[in-house]
Amino acid sequence: MLRWILGGREAQGSVEKSSVLCIGEEQPKNWFTELQVLKGHFDIVRFLVQIDDFRCASAGDDGLVLVWNVETGERLQELRGHSQQITAITTFTCSNGLMSHTSLITASSDRSLSLWDPDTGNRVQTISDLQSSVKCLLVLERLCVWVSGGEELCVWNKDFQLQCHKQNHSDTGITALIELPKNCIAAAMDKEIVIYRLTVSTDSSMSVAEIRCLSDHQDQIRALINVNDGLFASGSHMGELILWDAIDWNILAYEHILWEESQAQAEIRMGAPKPSEMSIQHLTTNGKLILAAVGSGLYVYSVLTKTVVAYRKVAHDSNILHTMLLSDSELMSCSEDGSVRMWEIQDLPLPAEPATPGFFGMWSFGRSSKQAGPPLKKIIDVPNIRTLELTGDLIGHSGAVQMFVSFNENGLVTCSTDHLLILWKNGERQSHLRSLVLFQKLEENGGL
Amino acid sequence: MIGSPDLVAFTKEDEYGQTSPDPWALPEEFSVPLYPLADSNPWAKTSYAKFTKDFILISEFSEQVGPQPLLTIPDDPKICGTFDLNYFSLRIMSVDYQASFVGHPPGSGYPRLSFVEDSRVVLGDSKEGAFAYVHHLTLYDLEARGFVRPFCMAYVSADERKIMLQFQELSLRFSQASECLKAGNRRAFAKELQRKLRDLEYTHSVLQREEGLQREAGPQRMYSAHAVEKANELANVEKSIYEHRDLLKQISLYNRRPRRDPHAVTCQKCMSECLSECEALLDKYAKLANPFSYNNKGEKREEGQADGGGGDGEGDEEEDESVKRRPSYTPQLIKAKSAKCFDKRLKTLLELCENTFYSATVELLKETERSFRGDLCYLHTRRLDRALCRKQRITNFLFEEDLGDDDEDEGRTLRPFCAVNHAVDNYSLLNPPPIVLGPDHLELDSLEPPDPLDPASETSHTQESELGLRESHLESSPSDQTLETQESSEETKGSFSSDKSGLGQSERQQNLAGMKSEAPDPDPDSDLTPDPDHNTDMERESSSEETETTAGDDEGDNKEDQTPTSLLEVVSGLEASREDVCEGEAEEVSDLLVQIDTACCMAQEGFLYEASAPEAVPRLSQNSHPQPLSQTLVVNQEPQAQIPLQDDYTVGSPCSESPAAGLELPVGLLGDAVSRTSVEDGWDCTMSASTGSDRAASPLGYGGTVTLRQRKKAGQGALRFVRQYPFAMQALWCLLSGRTLVVLGADEGRVRRLVAALALFVPSPGKCGERIQAWLSCPFTLTDLQRWKLIGLQRVASPVGSSMLYSLSRYSRYISILDADQKTLRCPPYRGQLLANIADHRTYIRRGSTYFLHVQSTLCRLAAKAFLFTFTHHLHLPVSSTEGPEGLEGRRCCFLQEQLGLGEEDSHILLYLSQLITHQYLQPANRSSATAPCFSFNYSTSVLYKI
Repeated sequence: MLRWILGGREAQGSVEKSSVLCIGEEQPKNWFTELQVLKGHFDIVRFLVQIDDFRCASAGDDGLVLVWNVETGERLQELRGHSQQITAITTFTCSNGLMSHTSLITASSDRSLSLWDPDTGNRVQTISDLQSSVKCLLVLERLCVWVSGGEELCVWNKDFQLQCHKQNHSDTGITALIELPKNCIAAAMDKEIVIYRLTVSTDSSMSVAEIRCLSDHQDQIRALINVNDGLFASGSHMGELILWDAIDWNILAYEHILWEESQAQAEIRMGAPKPSEMSIQHLTTNGKLILAAVGSGLYVYSVLTKTVVAYRKVAHDSNILHTMLLSDSELMSCSEDGSVRMWEIQDLPLPAEPATPGFFGMWSFGRSSKQAGPPLKKIIDVPNIRTLELTGDLIGHSGAVQMFVSFNENGLVTCSTDHLLILWKNGERQSHLRSLVLFQKLEENGGL
Repeated sequence: MIGSPDLVAFTKEDEYGQTSPDPWALPEEFSVPLYPLADSNPWAKTSYAKFTKDFILISEFSEQVGPQPLLTIPDDPKICGTFDLNYFSLRIMSVDYQASFVGHPPGSGYPRLSFVEDSRVVLGDSKEGAFAYVHHLTLYDLEARGFVRPFCMAYVSADERKIMLQFQELSLRFSQASECLKAGNRRAFAKELQRKLRDLEYTHSVLQREEGLQREAGPQRMYSAHAVEKANELANVEKSIYEHRDLLKQISLYNRRPRRDPHAVTCQKCMSECLSECEALLDKYAKLANPFSYNNKGEKREEGQADGGGGDGEGDEEEDESVKRRPSYTPQLIKAKSAKCFDKRLKTLLELCENTFYSATVELLKETERSFRGDLCYLHTRRLDRALCRKQRITNFLFEEDLGDDDEDEGRTLRPFCAVNHAVDNYSLLNPPPIVLGPDHLELDSLEPPDPLDPASETSHTQESELGLRESHLESSPSDQTLETQESSEETKGSFSSDKSGLGQSERQQNLAGMKSEAPDPDPDSDLTPDPDHNTDMERESSSEETETTAGDDEGDNKEDQTPTSLLEVVSGLEASREDVCEGEAEEVSDLLVQIDTACCMAQEGFLYEASAPEAVPRLSQNSHPQPLSQTLVVNQEPQAQIPLQDDYTVGSPCSESPAAGLELPVGLLGDAVSRTSVEDGWDCTMSASTGSDRAASPLGYGGTVTLRQRKKAGQGALRFVRQYPFAMQALWCLLSGRTLVVLGADEGRVRRLVAALALFVPSPGKCGERIQAWLSCPFTLTDLQRWKLIGLQRVASPVGSSMLYSLSRYSRYISILDADQKTLRCPPYRGQLLANIADHRTYIRRGSTYFLHVQSTLCRLAAKAFLFTFTHHLHLPVSSTEGPEGLEGRRCCFLQEQLGLGEEDSHILLYLSQLITHQYLQPANRSSATAPCFSFNYSTSVLYKI
């Protein structure tokens, strides 16, 4: 399509051209028709947290935390204090009776933790000179405490007082933390998941004890999520997806995602399959479905049937960094290739006839060297598998899209290594809103 | 575009007497009147003028050689051709309208500086075919007779009507120039005085020493003839010192003098600076009355500095400078008798004013000359154009050239011209009292109810005195006399004094009388309001002619002022004017505080005419004292121009909301580069209608202001583009619907030319064309796309080029790409009809300027539609609560398609323009916070168009 521009030279433009999934420019289902570029960071923006309906905070390698108004694109606060990159950020909602107030807790490589008030931009609390930097944070709202994980596990109360801590012996430290029923915490440490239990004694002092260590993963655990009250899931670097019982910590399902055909091809081509191709980068769930980002592919797993519902081996040109399930049938992913893609889980038009011309036309769009054969050779063993259809993509960032947060109809915020945030919006809705404001102002002014 | 000269011939004349009730008719102020019937041959009068273009002439009435021309602007001998400047100078300087009163007035011991207001006359020399607006002014020169040097600046044109119709504007501009000259002159004069005083002081000390020696040497009680002579000389020098000191005082009082001239606006900062300077000098020399010796100047300096401490840094600085300068200056003995006027060299104009002020004035006059280029028709249509533009302020930003901010205020702000470029924030908001020329304003005045809050006792008093005075003015004001003499002596020249102004005045008087009778009871609290000051001002102003010329008497009239010495008053006035700067210092003179305030008020009320209409109008009529003068002077022209003239004067202002809005052009003199250059363009357009020539691409792009000239040149380029490329319509559609167009090419010149041509169609290009990037040779990012709507991109065969191509293909959904080398266009398909008439490659339009106007009118129509769409309530909001978004959508589609007749793609244009208007309208509210701009787009496939 763009060859005429290239003027015969096969340049880097071929990256786009060879993309398997080029949806083209006509995207009727894509309603993000307006964008705002939010500038403010000086380095890679890695984290986005939603504060409330209209605010979100972004943090990144420049140590800055910026609070944005999503409706207007305004920068509300600039939280300065960390001298090095931010490693974890979370919201901390404290509800005392009627009022609930949301604060931000940040952890940084400068081995400090800070509590911020996003309304005023003040640093409310701060702890510095920790023994090691904190890699993940978990808020236990029920107990009104929060947990920081790194080389040690620390439990803090809302006034930033250390309640108890537990040293661990792993080299890598805790990379992920989730809350489990019965005051338990699951922490991912390298190839193991360690279950801790918090006990509150009568004098309201706390203690933490290691109860169990689950070492069923063969490789480093990359993702750990709560699925629902009774389940949690973990994914490893080599593509293992394990579903655990949240109460007795038994394995309920073990799925090893192997892109068989891909491996076969890879052997033909190179011989050395890249492990990152099957690494589970990110897991999301809505309680019924688990969406796993496997390398540059997407993998939808049904919790109920414990089967793969739909998958797409090459969903992006590069590793997927973040995913989200918008509904039972819609999902979104962002990748190192700088794009955000929106997918829809669709039934195959005719199960008996999987290779409709349109379908394959889509797939074999580019005659690329990378994707030689028809990729959908054999659906694993599941007869009623559905397909992931690309419904739209958002191109704007010039670097990897690290993360995104959806504000539903208010829009979508993406952050990227190109130091920018982009606020994607529904152009029609925005124009309607602007019209409302215009007539309001017109009324206030009493005419033109 | 509506007021383009091309259209003049097609408009028909309206009868001004009857207002047509037709609601569809163009508002009267936008219609173009035809040339008056009385002059059937518009070339008849100008044909025998000996010069081709209008020019500005500065002449002086030299006391040695009489009237002589000094310089012309533009300074080009070809300008005047065979026109005899000497003779014309004689004509315009032969009558001194200022009637300055010089020398010693009876009853005062010292020579008085005459503070004379400028006068404005229109003179005609029908034999020469030259007409001139003549602005007389007086500068001070210590060596000149009566300390004054009369000058005049004249705008000379072959078209008398042009001058008459531009009178107000001319008067404003020349007033500014004159004020600038005078400000510089006052500084120079003060410096000269300083020098003179120093000399005198030195002479005095020398004489004193000699006399002392003589006295010691000679026998007691015996005066030799020599000694007597010395004593006389000494006395003379002393007298001279006193005189000069008095002069210094007078010049320092200049600013506090009430100004009758409504156009005399001066930079307050300059004023106060000058004042402080004089003040410092005055302080210094006030102490020298005692027997002084020149040697202890160190002490005096300290004293002077201590006294001058009240002033700000500038004054001190100035003094420091003078201190520094002092060693290099050797005082000279002053001879008892000064040289006679013929054997001394008179100062040049440059010497009379300081260099900065002089050059600033010349600049100002040059600009004035530029802005009046073109014939009356052109000036008139340009004004209509601007008036129209100002009416559509909301959509202007889309396609119109920027008018600048200065002329947009409804109450006109007159910025004082300041040669040294003081911050513009110190100008006073001023609604200049109109020079009433037709009955319209008078009726307006009479309709205006008298302000009940006006302190009527004083008002009526002043009115009475004023009326009386005005009568006397009518009969015996010197200007009238000169007019009459002129009339009697020079009837052959065709200048005469009209009776129209007299009629206007009698009407005015009646109005005033009516007002007076209606005036309510005196308000007991009136003393507390600021108005009494104002009234005393007026009273002073109108009480006698002397108050004008003798500044010292002001204090006697001023009842608030009880300080015995005028020096103190000046100090307090000085400090009052500085009050905002150094508030703390006011405490030192706390007992003078009240007086300071009033002095401050007085000093400013004289200049300030508030813009609030209902209050201002009666005040203006009270204050109309200066008007008769100018009024009678204005109308000094040939009879047949009378009647149409009146009509023409009112052309601009049938709406009575702003009495001053009529003919006056906005005075966007300062920094209004756009209008200035556009004027230049106009000259181009009307005079040398050859824009069709193939010139190099205009340097359009980031940084420079996009001027009308550039846009007209771009018109030629755009025409060529349209004729050359069959897909021009698609390209224009991309630009108009807000899709960024990238012009890709290897040849910079070609790309730049294309960009310059296409820039015409970029909606809201920004004041300096910020939305256009003429030449880019690095890969662009999304933010660039958001910022620029038209990009010229270099095609290079290098790694940079490939990454550029990568970005091109990556963002291809947001852009359209026009390949200048391969002559292709990649953009979404456009099948609309809207742009067919401006992008027809078989167009019959051959000239760029014609095409430009054609495009402008189309774009203007589009903007109007967009405006309608944006501000039509029911297209954006549901009419009832039950209505859903579908109904709204349907209605909008119906409006766009059926009522405006736009297809889907054409609707995109309108939606985009509407979006821009909405943004623009909402912008002031959002501007405070740094919100990122929105970038809208849509997802549609592109196709490739080829030639």
